[in-house]
Order: sequence, then C-alpha cells, then structure tokens
Amino acid sequence: MPVLRWIRRNLVVIAGLLTLAYMILPNIVVMVFSFNKPKGRFNYAWQQFSLDAWKDPCGVADLCGSLSLSLQIAFWATLGATALGTMIAFALVRYRFRARGAINSLIFLPMAMPEVVMAASLLTLFLNMGAELGFWTVLIAHIMFCLSFVVTAVKARVMSMDPRLEEAARDLYAGPVQTFLRVTLPIAAPGIAAGALLAFALSFDDFIITNFNAGSTVTFPMFVWGSAQRGTPVQINVIGTAMFVLAVLMVLVGQLIASRRKSNARN
Amino acid sequence: MTQQQQTAGGDVRLAGISKTYGSFTAVQPLDLTVPQGSFFALLGASGCGKTTTLRMIAGLEEATTGTVFLGEKDITDLPPYKRPVNTVFQSYALFPHLDITENIAFGLRRRGIKSVKKQVDAMLELVQLGDFARRKPHQLSGGQQQRVAVARALINHPQVLLLDEPLGALDLKLRRQMQLELKRIQTEVGITFVHVTHDQEEAMTMADTVAVMNGGRVEQLGAPADLYENPRTTFVANFLGTSNLIEGEVVSTGSDVVVAAGGGRLTLPRERCSAPTTSGGRLLLGIRPEKISLAHADDADSIATGRNRVTGRIVDSSFIGVSTQYVVESPAGTSLQVYEQNIDRRTGLLPGTEVILHWNPAHTFGLDADQDIDAGVESVEDAA
Repeated sequence: MPVLRWIRRNLVVIAGLLTLAYMILPNIVVMVFSFNKPKGRFNYAWQQFSLDAWKDPCGVADLCGSLSLSLQIAFWATLGATALGTMIAFALVRYRFRARGAINSLIFLPMAMPEVVMAASLLTLFLNMGAELGFWTVLIAHIMFCLSFVVTAVKARVMSMDPRLEEAARDLYAGPVQTFLRVTLPIAAPGIAAGALLAFALSFDDFIITNFNAGSTVTFPMFVWGSAQRGTPVQINVIGTAMFVLAVLMVLVGQLIASRRKSNARN
Repeated sequence: MTQQQQTAGGDVRLAGISKTYGSFTAVQPLDLTVPQGSFFALLGASGCGKTTTLRMIAGLEEATTGTVFLGEKDITDLPPYKRPVNTVFQSYALFPHLDITENIAFGLRRRGIKSVKKQVDAMLELVQLGDFARRKPHQLSGGQQQRVAVARALINHPQVLLLDEPLGALDLKLRRQMQLELKRIQTEVGITFVHVTHDQEEAMTMADTVAVMNGGRVEQLGAPADLYENPRTTFVANFLGTSNLIEGEVVSTGSDVVVAAGGGRLTLPRERCSAPTTSGGRLLLGIRPEKISLAHADDADSIATGRNRVTGRIVDSSFIGVSTQYVVESPAGTSLQVYEQNIDRRTGLLPGTEVILHWNPAHTFGLDADQDIDAGVESVEDAA
C-alpha cells in the first residue's frame, strides 16, 4: 500500500499542517470578511467583494478613538509592567531577603485568580478610594495583572545568567552602571522583550477587568463588544487584519535580522 | 606562615588578610608576598581557601581583616574596576552577546580608549586566534575560549594576572598544551601571574613558587623542587606526589639522626628534620617512592653498607611503561610504594617475593610525628 506508507512517513508533517490550519483559520476568516460588503448591520454572511472598509477604516464613529486609547494604555502598561517586573525579577533571583519565598508565590496570584473576581474587587477598591474611573484606573489595573507575566519571563532568563559575567565586567574596569548597561541588560534583553510583548498583548485585548474599571471610557475591545450587540461594522475586521499582518511582519523582520547576523558571524 | 621580603615595585603583598562567612572561616589570617614578575601558584584541594584568596586580590571578595598591597599602594578598599589587576575566570565568563574582538576590547573601551584595533590584533596574534575575530564565544572550542579569556585580561597590561583554575574545564591533552602556552605567554609579557589550581602537577610544571594551602592557611611555600624534596608537613608530603611515611623512635642524635623503626635502624641527616629531635621522641621518616631500590632478600649482601634498609614482601606490582610500581608490605609501615625505572627488564620481582628496600639516607626527610599521617592523601584522589 504505497498511499498508507506515504501517510505513515509524513505523519508528523500532516499533523503539524493540520494544527497550523486550526490555529490560522479564524484569522483567515477575519481577513476575508474585511473585504465583505454586508447587507444590513451584521457582517456574518458573505455577500460581495469590496474595498470600502479598507478605504475608510475610521468610518465608524468612535472606533479609531477607542483604538488609539487602547494602544496608549497598552504602551504605558507595557512600559510600567516591564520596568517594575524586571526589577522584581532581578531582586528575586539575585538577592536573599525576608519573605522572598512568599513574594515568589504571591507574584503568581493575579495569574491564578479568576479575572472576573479580580475585576469586581478592583472596582470595589477604586470606588472605596473615591477614585474617578477612566484611563488611570484602567492603566493601574493593567500594570498590575501584566506584572506577574513579566516577572515570570524575566526571572527565567536571569536565573540562567552566569553571575561571573558581571564579575568579569567589573574586573575589566566597568563600574556598576557600565556593568548593568553593557553586560547585564543585553544578556537579559530577550527575557525582558518576551515579557514586554506578552504584557502588550494582554493589555491590548483585555476586556473583563477593563470593562469593570473603565467608567465611561471605551477601549477597543469594549467598542467591539458594544457594537456586536447592535451590528458589527466591517472596519473591525480591517483593524484586526491590520494588526495581524503587522505582527507577522515584525516576526519575519526579526528572523531575517537574526539569520543575517548569524551568517555574518560565520564569515 | 610568615614570609618577610623586601617589597619591590609591584609585588603583591597580603598582610594578615582573612575571610569569614558567618561562623565559617574560609581563609585564616594570611601573610603572603608574590614577587613582581613571578609565576606564583596557590595549590590546594577544593575548599582550602585558595580561590577566596585570589578573589580578595581581585577585589571581588571583601577581606574580613587585613590589607592587600600592590607595590606600596594599599588597594584593600578599591573596587575591582579600579584595581590594575585582571582575572581569567574558571568558566572563562566570556560575554556571550559580544564577538571575540569586542570581548577582548572590553577593558580598553571601558577606560575610554577609542582605537583598539591594533592592540586587539596584537592580542589575537599572541594567543593565535587571528581568524576568529568576528566569531561569537559559543562558536569556539574550550581551548580557544580559554585563550580569549587570557587575551581579554592581558590586553589591559595588568600589574597582576589572576588565573582561577583556568585549565579545569579542558581535557588532559589540551591541558598539557595550554600549560606550556600560558608559561610561554608569561615569559613573553613578564607580568606577575597568580595561578589557582588543585592539580599539583600543573602547579609544579608552571610556577616558580608554589604555596600549598590547606584548611584556610598556607602549609608551605617554596620552589616546586624544594617543596617536593623537603616537605615540612605530612599534608605537603602526601599532596605533592606520593610519600612513604614511617613512624619511629629517635635512638640517637648527632649530625645524623638514628631512628628505630620496624625492627631495624634508619638514619637521616639532621638538617633534613623539620621537627625537633630528642632521644626517645617520635619522628616520621619520609622517603619518595622513586628514591627506593629493590633487592631480592637473597641478595642482601650485595647492598652497599651505609644505606637505609627495610625488609618487606611485594603484594602488588603494576607495569606503567617507563616504570614499574610496587606495593611492598613491611613491618615498618603497612604498605610502601616503590617506583623503579624500567632500565633493565627485571624478572623475579613478583607479588609474594621477599625483598629488601634500600636507599641513600640523605634522601630521607623527617617530620613531626604529632600530625595525621594520612593528611593530604584523600584530597589527591578527590582532585583526580
């Protein structure tokens, strides 16, 4: 049976391709429907090809405003969580202090807690403090739940770092600041970058916590959720497709640079 | 152990330095002078305080007490990046994100030197790695990485180069090669090298002066041949090579000391006793295995008079190639080692043979009998 043998030989590839298709199919649907021209308010059935939405991505009221707000929050939340998380990770790996073990496990709490519960209790906290719900409450909440992911990512990297490298730098006339900038930071960078990317993605598409604590402010996920009740504009698919393409492009460029560097090093 | 010396220009001088961690003392108060331009080895088993001593010279470890001098200058409180001292680390600690050129140039750049190319090229030449300038450390073999680590330290023209077990990660053959290489580089650049190792052969091959450390103190310090021939403690006698130690009672003292041991009498020159000798006192006699000759018990008459003799029975013999190693059981000590050069192929010295061990009395050394007779024996096995 040549067919059976062929299948047996290529089973791994087949399984891999099927899994990939499973993961990518939803993205393809989003992409295809960004070129749809729906009848009525809902973009759920294919009608005909059109570039209308792509020509006017901000054509729906409040959409681009909410997108810009989400990007701003994601940017600042990433910055805050990465800076704090990196410092926490270094402290936890490099230094021995009281309650270190307790902090190590407490850091995981936001990951383990059901998001709805955390959202509700945060709202209670903010209301009791008399805080005005909006940009700042959302930002504070986002930094909080991104923190544990950043700490986890950076900690893994710092743990695998040889402390002798920093000793070598100090031995070679680098003061504390130089040692950190020239040796510690570049070597920890992949872990910090991974943490930052994770934080950005988590913050950008968070809905539950944001919805509880945003007051009258509307972020992009909240906008999508809200409009889904009344009808989904094609522009949502356009924004989604653009983000997807942008992410894929960034990965490709990153890999290109890495392979260029590798072949340079070999020559 | 105190060694007073005239301080010259760039001698490293440790005055009473010690290091304690909580209740554990890593280094006992220590006085040590490393003469400028010498190749100095700190030798000892793991945990003897040799690396801690080195790190205190580098500034990576703060001394609990005492002072570190470089020439006339007190550098005890200087941070490592302000000391004219560089280190070759045990694991090399090359910066993984920088290529070989940037690794070597690191020290120069940190001191604000802009044009580094000429110096880096000269260093690559010295360690014979010219073709690898743009590689990353992980693309190099262990021996090549080791040479980069040496170049990265030497380019700064330190007054002292510290080497922390730099050959520990290499296999035996490469290690021998690198020993010669390091020795060549040291002769070429003329910088003081302080080399930490647990390998006694490595220390003896490379260093001008060896300090044998044990339990946080220096047991003995001297030239390799002097340490080997005249050990002053059982630890040094056993850690450096192999020694046969025989316990006996002093019968008479004069220019020669006569000791009763194992039913016979053994003599040794008085100046080779590091312990005080009084009639009736105990003394440990030491003799190196290669200094002993073996004779059949039947040939006792052919042995020249005036030589030390011990009777025994061969329990084991192993043919090594250049020599044959015998283990002889004797009333003087449970087992004595004898190495005999294979100049003539000798037959008849099989296990079970009754033999007489004899040697020149001048080759015997005397040690204080109050010490642990097996000190330093196990440490050698640990290291191997």
